[in-house]
Amino acid sequence: MTDTAAPTTVSVTVDGRTIEAAKGELVIEAAERNGIYIPRFCYHPRMRSVGMCRMCIVEIDTGRGPALQPSCMIECSDGMSVATESEVTRKAQEGVLEFLLVNHPLDCPVCDKGGECPLQDQTMSYGPGESRFVEEKRHFEKPIPVSELVLLDRERCILCDRCTRFADEVAGDPLISFMDRGNQTQVNTFPHHPFASYFSGNTVQICPVGALTATPYRFKARPWDLEQVESTCTSCSVGCRVVVQSSRNRVVRYLGVDVDAVNWSWMCDKGRFDFEAVNSEERLGHPLVREGLLLKPATWNDAYRRAVGAIQQGIDRSGPGGFAVIGGSRLTNESQYAWTKLAKGVLGSDHVDAQLGDGLPAEVVLGVPRATIDEACAPGGTVLLLGPDVKEELPVLFLRLRHAVKNDGVKVVELASTHTAVDDGLSTESLVYRPGHALPVVRALLAGDAEDDVGGVAPEAIRAAAALLVDRPVTVLLGRHNLAESGRSIAAAAAAIHHARPDVKFLSGLRRANVHGALELGMSPGLLPGRVTLDNGRDWFGEHWPTLPAARGMDAAGILRAAADGKIDTLVLLGADPLADFPDRDLAERGLAGARTVIACDQFLTESVKQADVVLPAAGYAEVDGTTTNLESRVTTVSRKVTPPGTAQADWAIAAELALRLGTDLGLESPAAIAAEIAAVAPAFAGLAHDVLRTSAGLDGVLVGLPIRRNGDEGLAAGEPVPATARSAGTEGEQARVVAAEATAEPGAAVAAELGASGEPDDAAGAEAEGEATEGEATDGDATEGEDRAPGGPEVGVQLPVWTIIDPPLLDAYSLRLAVTRKLYDRGTLVRSSPSLADLAEPATLRLHPHDFDRLGVGVGDDVRVTSNRGNITIPTQPDPGIPRGIALIYANQAGGRANVLIDGNAPVTDVRVERP
Amino acid sequence: MSDATTTTEREIPPIVSSRWDLPDGFTLERYLDTGGYDGLRKALTMTPAHVAEEVKAASLLGRGGAGFPAGVKWGFCPPGVFPRYLVVNGDESEPGTYKDRILMERDPHQLIEGMLIACYAIGVSQAFLYVRGEMALAQERLAQALNEAYAAGYVGKGILDSDFSVDIVLHWGAGAYIVGEETALIESLEGERGLPRLKPPYFPAAKGLYMQPTVVNNVETLSNLPWIALHGGAAFADMGAESSRGTRLFAVSGHVRNPGVFEVEFGTTTFRDLLYGEQYGDGILDGNRLKAFIPGGASAPWFFEEHLDLPLEAGAVGAAGSMLGSGAVVVMDETTDAVKAAWRVVRFFARESCGKCTPCREGTSWLEKILRRMLDGHGRPADVNKLLDICDNISPAITWPPRQTTICPLGPSVVSPIASAVVRFRDEFFAYCGGETEITVPIGGKAYIAAPPTVGAAP
Repeated sequence: MTDTAAPTTVSVTVDGRTIEAAKGELVIEAAERNGIYIPRFCYHPRMRSVGMCRMCIVEIDTGRGPALQPSCMIECSDGMSVATESEVTRKAQEGVLEFLLVNHPLDCPVCDKGGECPLQDQTMSYGPGESRFVEEKRHFEKPIPVSELVLLDRERCILCDRCTRFADEVAGDPLISFMDRGNQTQVNTFPHHPFASYFSGNTVQICPVGALTATPYRFKARPWDLEQVESTCTSCSVGCRVVVQSSRNRVVRYLGVDVDAVNWSWMCDKGRFDFEAVNSEERLGHPLVREGLLLKPATWNDAYRRAVGAIQQGIDRSGPGGFAVIGGSRLTNESQYAWTKLAKGVLGSDHVDAQLGDGLPAEVVLGVPRATIDEACAPGGTVLLLGPDVKEELPVLFLRLRHAVKNDGVKVVELASTHTAVDDGLSTESLVYRPGHALPVVRALLAGDAEDDVGGVAPEAIRAAAALLVDRPVTVLLGRHNLAESGRSIAAAAAAIHHARPDVKFLSGLRRANVHGALELGMSPGLLPGRVTLDNGRDWFGEHWPTLPAARGMDAAGILRAAADGKIDTLVLLGADPLADFPDRDLAERGLAGARTVIACDQFLTESVKQADVVLPAAGYAEVDGTTTNLESRVTTVSRKVTPPGTAQADWAIAAELALRLGTDLGLESPAAIAAEIAAVAPAFAGLAHDVLRTSAGLDGVLVGLPIRRNGDEGLAAGEPVPATARSAGTEGEQARVVAAEATAEPGAAVAAELGASGEPDDAAGAEAEGEATEGEATDGDATEGEDRAPGGPEVGVQLPVWTIIDPPLLDAYSLRLAVTRKLYDRGTLVRSSPSLADLAEPATLRLHPHDFDRLGVGVGDDVRVTSNRGNITIPTQPDPGIPRGIALIYANQAGGRANVLIDGNAPVTDVRVERP
Repeated sequence: MSDATTTTEREIPPIVSSRWDLPDGFTLERYLDTGGYDGLRKALTMTPAHVAEEVKAASLLGRGGAGFPAGVKWGFCPPGVFPRYLVVNGDESEPGTYKDRILMERDPHQLIEGMLIACYAIGVSQAFLYVRGEMALAQERLAQALNEAYAAGYVGKGILDSDFSVDIVLHWGAGAYIVGEETALIESLEGERGLPRLKPPYFPAAKGLYMQPTVVNNVETLSNLPWIALHGGAAFADMGAESSRGTRLFAVSGHVRNPGVFEVEFGTTTFRDLLYGEQYGDGILDGNRLKAFIPGGASAPWFFEEHLDLPLEAGAVGAAGSMLGSGAVVVMDETTDAVKAAWRVVRFFARESCGKCTPCREGTSWLEKILRRMLDGHGRPADVNKLLDICDNISPAITWPPRQTTICPLGPSVVSPIASAVVRFRDEFFAYCGGETEITVPIGGKAYIAAPPTVGAAP
């Protein structure tokens, strides 16, 4: 059984051709890899084979004579002979197709799947050509909703088990299943349990017939009318590769693309269906300027004049420090660079923060060794969750993690203050700590010998969890689970881990689409593009930019405080809605009111945008070309498919125009030109021009900011294309990776050298780069921060600061400690503007442990007043046994009560009182 | 229901039906009075390998349908892989088959003892007894017997003061014929829908219940073990002929005067003995002529008058193109409408198809609809070839043993009644179809014969 000398490849004859197959490879896969397509319906490469549809049946001879066998179930063995086109195979396949069509309604002319239907296509290729079935077909009521988003036509269904397998195996929501048997077999939900899965849309994509349709796309287009472009989903920071499809200049559908490194073709329902927001009637199509109390439509010229006037006056009055930018994490890399250059390089203000106080300090994200999703999910490792409820905030990462736990022996240790989705069978240890105590719990975990409770966690649990961190590769998923717990305390915990265990890698769990691009491109105080600190980059950027900030600026909280104190003349909101998202709403309100002029670049008239004096409509997703950076710092393309509404402009173009009117030409004329400049000046992006991402090697993304890996790509000479994330062939986790040079390479050198693509080699900075020099220096993962320097380039890397943590106050007997966490569906702009998703958001409730009700003297479902030292809201109660006693959980940004009204952004934690109103 | 009797020249002892006549044969008290658990006692004095050897020597063919030698089957478990499980297939549901039910109702301890002997021989400490959901009395009797056996120390920890321990779990089915298929039964035991698994790779002996090595045996097979353990494999093999040794239960039903389950010597008794012998079927009802009979359960190709003198011997019946299967002999006399009879059998399979494989799910019900339409008077001559071609798509070449485009043999089972009836009684089909047509679909099975071959009648 454990014959290690056994050959890893076997030789198989398929249709007379001898092919090499990996041992254990399925016949259907080996044949396809060698260009021989065997028809199939139930087989899906990302799921367990079941051999149900029998379409892939072929004659297989393993020495005992040919027999019809399903090629999706049979593993290649040496000397096996396969006949995919023999008379017997052909007759059997024809027979199966005829059987499949027996009860299929053949309503292709009115079926959404018609034109892209595997059943239709394979009937043309492998079918008998005519139907002999004259009996009454099977009938079911149709369509029936299996969820709010998915409808099921059981007559069209060919019972391939793909959707049901997906729900059970991949999503872990086994809410659809086969019922009845024989010819009456049907897919259905259990009574009163709809298929309420965050991943239900995937079943529509993998359905090989038109049985499952999604309400947002149903009857909207015919496949042959669709135009499409490959892009990256920017609903969260996982960066799923997608196809954006449009019909008549309207986005009508997204489909997941199978990328080994990221999403494996899956998407979450929010990402899949929030294209409705792109088409929303609420989109801003023209500029608005404030006249008295009202925002009135204006021409771009007027709006620019107002904006530029305000900026100029502000600079004249208070200098660069009067200008501040909040937001930008939903922009493309190119727009982020343009705005950073405008704010820091032209106006000289460092008050730029892409995060809204609901993330983590940039230094902790950039200052620790980073992991990829594949590394986090590599067999045999441990993932320490010190971050978001993965399923709610980064859903497709949850699928990857779930797969790793279920199939690859990955263990999950969770640190959180409430019940999360990974508690349902994924986490080996769940340490439920009291908000504010992340650092002591992490310290105890690292020490491993806890004797007493730490932060509310029992010593046994800490010891058991600590055992899982020893002798296994550990990845920390780092993010902000509880908005009412200060991000500094999480950052300090992460730093403690890094200092104690330098081998531990971190996968960032910040959720906003391109927040990692924003951090990499300097949209944070004290940073410049390419993972360079303001101090280290002063010389380098001084040569490339007109000016630079004199000193480190303020973060979003600081900006809002300064604004509230009247110290900010011009506040720019870049797709940011601080009133909804900033954890301390009171401060956000005072800040917006106190800023002399607020300029908003946004797609929607959000609550915060309504406070602005000048509103500049921005082009959004699917309306701009460019790149985005995911939580691994993987840069992929986003693509323009439709025109923006009205006269909306790309954010980078707005920045460029403002700069021009302020007297400086940014020199940025197109996304490609901006990318070329980024590649030339931002060290972490060295050489990463758009062309690189269009090569087959770069299509699945290029990691930036990481040290070059030499494992597995030694054989690559400079100038030779890298088989980067080879999309279909590579097995998971072993594909070579395209990595832009971090520090060791000179700007412009590494990627260009490795990929042989034109990384703007004419650029002054990159011209002298030599491939050999790059390889020579970057011998291995020498990832220590801030000590690398390319000749002439800036020192790259961010030092991990020391965060001083104030111990949280003791909880008094009358109070509950507040936890505010996010749900996938909330009152955020994307969901609210997507009619199909908007209703899925739950109204705000106060969730308490059932035992806390009596103590507080409130009943289930009663409206209660929740009061903190910042404000109060009145919302109904709901019992939730997943919440520890003494904790009050409110989901962020839900209808009926904004939790951020309660949060005290200055304090490590927020305590609330609950009373009957 | 008739009782078992011994047969002709030699004195053949009743092996599994010896207690059927006793009104309290199902109680532990009566069982012990009549030599119960002596086989187990004796087995425990031998080594497990020795017991397995005896069973192998008995050449005990599996009595469930496939007829694979039980001793050989046990040997397929990969050595040294534990735990391994014994699963008893008591999901007897083939139309016309009701021998296991009687065994479970009238002699439950014999089955339990047989299970224990098998567990001892194979090295199993956890056995599962899966009983068809509809068999209420069998369930009651087995549950009672198992409680008695536990209380008396025959089952459980340290059986009969040895260090041999077995736990037996009773499991009631939920009413699906397909669960009689061993891999579907395993799925059902695991709590899943009873759908068959593909073999390979899921041979129960290698990857069975909970992916562990698993032996699945039929009720009757195991009921033979106490006798074999007590009397030795050679004594068992001494009875019968060719590959078919010992005695075997046959359930005779249909147009016979005396339907019932009979224990007969395996391999030597002929169909004529079974159907016409006074102590067995006692001839065709109302003195009618025999039209056809199903020799081994609804999935078997039909036999006709010319097959009557074949012995009840697996090899001989197989050579003639059918099988003894589950031992259900269903007799049709000359008043039987062949089309309607085929439809009844096909309807059964259409209703019992689990729905997993397309050819079976869609094909069986399509065939049923065509036959139903013929019976309703809307047949067309082309339907006859259509029926056969659909059969060919479920079971290529309509041969025997059947080839299959499906995972399990349920789908191909539907082919037997259709091919048998169409080929033999094509005129009846043409009568329903309003015209004749040439049968163009090639038919491979040896039992699918149009006219009686010139047979020399058996002496």
